Amino acid sequence: MKTIKKFVYNQKVAPYVFILPFVLSVLLFWVVPIAQGIRLSFFNTLQEEFVGLKNYTKIFSDKIFLKALYHSVRYTIGTLILLLPLPLLFATMLNSKLTSKTAGFFKSIYFIPALTSVVVAGTIFRLMFGELDTSLANQVLNALGGSSIKWLKMDWPSYFILLLLACWRWMGVNILYYLAGLQSIPADLYEAASIDGATKLQQFTHISIPLVQPTTVYVMTISIYAGLSMYVESSMLWTGNNSPMNIGLTIVGYLYRQGIEKRNMGYACAVGMILLIIVMVINILQLIANGTIKVGKKEG
Amino acid sequence: MKSEKTSNLIQSILIHIVLIILALLILLPIYAIFLASFKPGGLLVQYGLNLEIDFSVMSFDNYKLLFSGTSDYWIWFRNSLIITAISVVCTLAVSAFVAYGFAAYEFKFKQAAFLIVLLILSVPFEVIMLPLYKQMTNWGLMDSYVAIVLPFVAHASTIFFFRQYLLGMPIELIESGRIDGANEYSIFLRLIVPIMKPAFAAMAILNGMNAWNNYLWPLLVISSNSKYTLTLGLNTLLSPYGNNYSLLLVGSFFSIVPIFILFVCFQKYFIEGMTAGAVKG
Repeated sequence: MKTIKKFVYNQKVAPYVFILPFVLSVLLFWVVPIAQGIRLSFFNTLQEEFVGLKNYTKIFSDKIFLKALYHSVRYTIGTLILLLPLPLLFATMLNSKLTSKTAGFFKSIYFIPALTSVVVAGTIFRLMFGELDTSLANQVLNALGGSSIKWLKMDWPSYFILLLLACWRWMGVNILYYLAGLQSIPADLYEAASIDGATKLQQFTHISIPLVQPTTVYVMTISIYAGLSMYVESSMLWTGNNSPMNIGLTIVGYLYRQGIEKRNMGYACAVGMILLIIVMVINILQLIANGTIKVGKKEG
Repeated sequence: MKSEKTSNLIQSILIHIVLIILALLILLPIYAIFLASFKPGGLLVQYGLNLEIDFSVMSFDNYKLLFSGTSDYWIWFRNSLIITAISVVCTLAVSAFVAYGFAAYEFKFKQAAFLIVLLILSVPFEVIMLPLYKQMTNWGLMDSYVAIVLPFVAHASTIFFFRQYLLGMPIELIESGRIDGANEYSIFLRLIVPIMKPAFAAMAILNGMNAWNNYLWPLLVISSNSKYTLTLGLNTLLSPYGNNYSLLLVGSFFSIVPIFILFVCFQKYFIEGMTAGAVKG
């Protein structure tokens, strides 16, 4: 007993003891499940037979999967187009001297949606975009001279709602990210530029945008991650995983449908692996693009 | 000089108009559900959610229903509180312990181990969700809170945040501890944990919010109604067996309230916790 104690207390051994919980957790809850997922993806779990790559070849001719993939990619691209430039613009406004007294107030207000769960937020949006003339969205539409829309039964309107929901929940958080990025830019850079006669717009494009690039990379990474794995938002808007003509189906929605609803675990795991590969490839490409990983030439 | 002042004033007004419009748009859905929490559920089914204020139909009935205790709402609420508390305490304790290992020592395989932390940060949980679900079934942990909390106690982004925080700690602190004859673990407990308080606050909020709002994993793990969390419970109010919009509306609104109160009190830590990691990229 004493020797064990002495061993654990040893200064050389201690670091391994410190990271032991992490190592165990990674092994039990990441390595084993991923290995298990890879193994299962080669099986037809309904008939318990080994099918080799059949699940994978089936996926790429599976029209519903391709539809789900299209929806997830479309959603991710939409969130990138909206949730990078707009938060940067608003953060620039909040970072200006003109708003120095009110910025704190706006920051708190913008942050509130991030406090809500997707369950609550999704429910509110579903009800606001009901198909009745008296639901809020249709009231606005009618007031503008349009006619009511069955928002959640049509492809593009429902895409719009998903993006709106994403903007509502994450706009404030992304503004805060950008604000932190902007505040780390030294103020004398702007002063020097302004003495040289640069306009506000030039300062924005030549100083702000390039220097907040680390923030942009970070926000991009989490947006891609969250966009491609989006599911709960969609399941809240359509109160479940079934939407008319599958207009709300995403990759994870399909994975859930196959694995949990249809008990087709092997096929669902293959879908999961495809998602893993897509995310990993994008991550690596992105790291190469922004120079974190150097390809070919060495630094210098 | 004077013209610059007026142009500044105009700019300031324009910027504020934009910011106020954005604030109103962001508050609109919250306002809509707040109003709806005073309206009968049947009305919502009939008319949808809108901003109409009609005092003849609005009442505190939904709130009476909520606080009368006839529904399972407070059971779910209590369950969510318990899970949130357990997972925050466990995650912070384990993650801080691990992060200290990464920040304070040089050892073999350190780089490789830390690379795994970064790698896990970029893998969506949904990828391992199904195999993990299967594994929990095999271990007989289904329908237990252990299954909800345990896989995430060594939480990669929390470890990452604590490590960044600890990289700035004074080395002399550890040295002085060693000179005083303290062992490695009591150095961590007595000297390091106290200086980590601000980091703990930020991460408590991040993890607490995640736990409070978590939906997908508890949905897979929990099957008995008595163990439902608030998000799961609220979601069952709309079912093929009957819709309970009255309770859903007031319950949804009320589920934001505790977090909102915490937010008002600890705003700084909320913002720090949610935006952790962004500055370092």
